[in-house]
Amino acid sequence: MSDLRDLYQEVILDHNREPRNFCCPPNANREARGDNPLCGDKVTIYLTLEDGVVKDIGFQGRGCAISVASASLMTEMIKGKTAAEAQALFRRFQASMTGEEEVGGTDDLDKLAVLSGVREFPMRVKCATLSWHTLAAALEDAAEKKISTETA
Amino acid sequence: MTAMGRSQAALTFGSNLSDFDVERVRADFPILSKRIYDRPLVFLDSAASAQKPQAVIDAVRHCYEDEYANIHRGVYYLSAQATLAYEAARAKVQRFLNAREDREIIFTRGATEAINLVASSYGGTFLKEGDEVVLSALEHHSNIVPWQLLRDRMGITIRVVPINDAGEFLLDEYEKLLGPRTKLVAVTHISNALGTVTPVAEITRLAHAHGAIVLLDGCQAVPHQAVDVQTLDCDFYTFSGHKLYGPSGIGALYGKADLLQAMPPYQGGGDMIRSVSFEKTEYADIPQRFEAGTPHIAGAIGLGAAIDYVTALDQEKIAAHEQALLAYATDRLSGIPGLRLFGTAREKASILSFTIDGAHPHDVGTILDRAGIAVRAGHHCTQPVMDRFGIAGTVRASFGLYNSFDEVDALAAGIEQVKEIFG
Repeated sequence: MSDLRDLYQEVILDHNREPRNFCCPPNANREARGDNPLCGDKVTIYLTLEDGVVKDIGFQGRGCAISVASASLMTEMIKGKTAAEAQALFRRFQASMTGEEEVGGTDDLDKLAVLSGVREFPMRVKCATLSWHTLAAALEDAAEKKISTETA
Repeated sequence: MTAMGRSQAALTFGSNLSDFDVERVRADFPILSKRIYDRPLVFLDSAASAQKPQAVIDAVRHCYEDEYANIHRGVYYLSAQATLAYEAARAKVQRFLNAREDREIIFTRGATEAINLVASSYGGTFLKEGDEVVLSALEHHSNIVPWQLLRDRMGITIRVVPINDAGEFLLDEYEKLLGPRTKLVAVTHISNALGTVTPVAEITRLAHAHGAIVLLDGCQAVPHQAVDVQTLDCDFYTFSGHKLYGPSGIGALYGKADLLQAMPPYQGGGDMIRSVSFEKTEYADIPQRFEAGTPHIAGAIGLGAAIDYVTALDQEKIAAHEQALLAYATDRLSGIPGLRLFGTAREKASILSFTIDGAHPHDVGTILDRAGIAVRAGHHCTQPVMDRFGIAGTVRASFGLYNSFDEVDALAAGIEQVKEIFG
């Protein structure tokens, strides 16, 4: 039960119940879609990117508590960041999910630490990282905008 | 809710313990004594793949240790032994399905390959543009996609029989779809997502009345009930070994001999020919014509052992035990507020598909997993069924012959834990 409580922390349950920025911002000029067909998680990330800065960000979709909370938390901390800062944060988050480094040290990373319980559930890491990979694709304006974190 | 004791639940829900001793059955399955996260394993995912009894494990092991060689080729002792064992397994499948002849049984990798075989070989030869294939809304992707491939290749049309809110096959709607262009009906015998038993005898009779042939996907049916292909009068019937407590990578296709004989090979290779030259190849007779290459010899032998195991336990007693489990589990789960059951057909197998308000099926699956309970969460390779109910997926608990009433209680307790976390 204790690792379940680490996974389903109150912050995560709260973001799952009431996702933040769950919308398509009116002036969005970038979007990318994430889809994990095996588990059914779907997310679309919308960005208003101006002069290299994420002026606005929103997401829509459906999925498990981990994927929804991860997307919701992500939108909160990406808003106002430059594209380069956002990409850097994505790389740090990804490294923390694969256990390459500990999360924490900055305010943003401290916030993301609520998701560190996911590491104990290897099957669920793909749920936490889907929105971030989708964000990266939207930032890069990648040609392939259908992202998946399922390798099977 | 207080849990009933095992014997009380068994009595209330109709399983006679003296007839079917589930504890003794469980002892036949080594994996069931495993502990997961220091909890006893509660395995409720047999509809995806069932666990294996010692007899099956021993049969596979015996094959490799004592009588393994390639079949149908060698003149030497071991090859003859392996060939006998492999062909004996075919005869077991024949008796299991009550097919007329053993050459009507083709070993495949599983039901998926069998359906692809029929679609490609029968469909590719005897269907033409504008012909119609009738499927049901209950089908597993493996009984949808092969027909779509055929559609893309041949220009056939796919018609789909709808289901009602209980997940039942609508026979009258089916009848309306049948017409002069209907050439083939391919329907599941039991839905893997909802547990619905479809009226296969009536489906077959109506199809034949319209001159169409019938393929039945029996993957979920053979573990739960006896099947007689002659009584059903279906033209093709298929199942996968791994859902019947046998090895994975082996399955069987039953086909009426005259149909199989009229069909060209599905794959070319060794073991399926009479003579080969670069100008002309003469194909072997059935069933070898459809078994190109060295097959899963140990798998077929293991499947034979699984059939022996299931028939020795008595399929009627297995069915009674599973129906009692289903009744008890349905009763326990429908009493849980916020739990919604999908698939409430009058006639159904021991499969319970459900959602819990406010908790995504994958989160439910993770929480149950930590309690040692293995369930499936997702769309169960039946996205059209999920779309029919407007959901992304469900949690599915499926019960096999080794599941106990205590395990139903464990599931109910696990669901309470989900509700505690997701409040």
